[in-house]
Amino acid sequence: MNTRTIHWFKFAAPQNFYFLAGRMWPWFAALATALTVAGLWISFFVAPTDAQQGEGYRIIFVHVPASQMSMFIYLVMAGWAGFGLAFNTRLSGMMAAALAPTGALFAFLSLVTGSLWGKPMWGAWWVWDARLTSELILLFLYLGFLALQSSIDDPRRADKACAVLALVGVVNVPIIYFSVKWWNTLHQGASVSLTKSPTMAAAMLWGMLIMVLAFWMYAITIALLRVRNIILDRERHTEWVKNALE
Amino acid sequence: MHWNSVSEFFAMGGYAFYVWGSFGLTALVALGEVLLLRGQRQELLKHLRSELLTERSSS
Repeated sequence: MNTRTIHWFKFAAPQNFYFLAGRMWPWFAALATALTVAGLWISFFVAPTDAQQGEGYRIIFVHVPASQMSMFIYLVMAGWAGFGLAFNTRLSGMMAAALAPTGALFAFLSLVTGSLWGKPMWGAWWVWDARLTSELILLFLYLGFLALQSSIDDPRRADKACAVLALVGVVNVPIIYFSVKWWNTLHQGASVSLTKSPTMAAAMLWGMLIMVLAFWMYAITIALLRVRNIILDRERHTEWVKNALE
Repeated sequence: MHWNSVSEFFAMGGYAFYVWGSFGLTALVALGEVLLLRGQRQELLKHLRSELLTERSSS
């Protein structure tokens, strides 16, 4: 037998994943820090002034990463939740629970930074526009997930109930993404997409992509740290946790 | 570099409140989350260790 095969399912056991996550998070944290420094440098010192929005457009470097993160974390969270429902693996529910608070924070940041951008450019903090409203619904879905999680004492039952909620809510993510195409909205369309070449200056684009990557690394770091806390808490009565504490 | 002075940089072409507000809040939320998780972990470890101590001493 090939001894170098990686036994992936070994890490589906919370006990093994706890230690794996402990070894992984510092690397992601280092990457997040380095990318944030590079991204901020480009955001403020390399990217040129925008012809229409002046320096105000620089909000894009936090608004777009936060917004795409809020949607992507939801998809990953629902993926874990669905996996947990299908295969009844304990770690899946813990991963979903570890992602939800961070997703909620990014949805919140997306709305607030969007508001701070909307006021000077559109003249309004908030409009009931399709993009904004569907993003607000995303925040409520996260908050619903968190409320449901904390209202059920048995964590395994809570995971199942939350998984159903997460899966039903998935329908909202494509609605957010395509809202600027499907409806006539105040929010601008995508500047970067898979089907067309980007409609922005190269330095702006690079700054944004690096910030997106930095937010990704941050989210992975945080998810690993939080899942470690959740594993410790839920496995507190097992021998391995008692041994690890000593 | 397109900033002629430090004050020009902080003024952000008149958008200081909106730009620094966005970046500042994002930094605050990220930092807050990290500190919260750290506190949570320390609290949890303290709690679990004391639980373990009482369990070991009573048996």
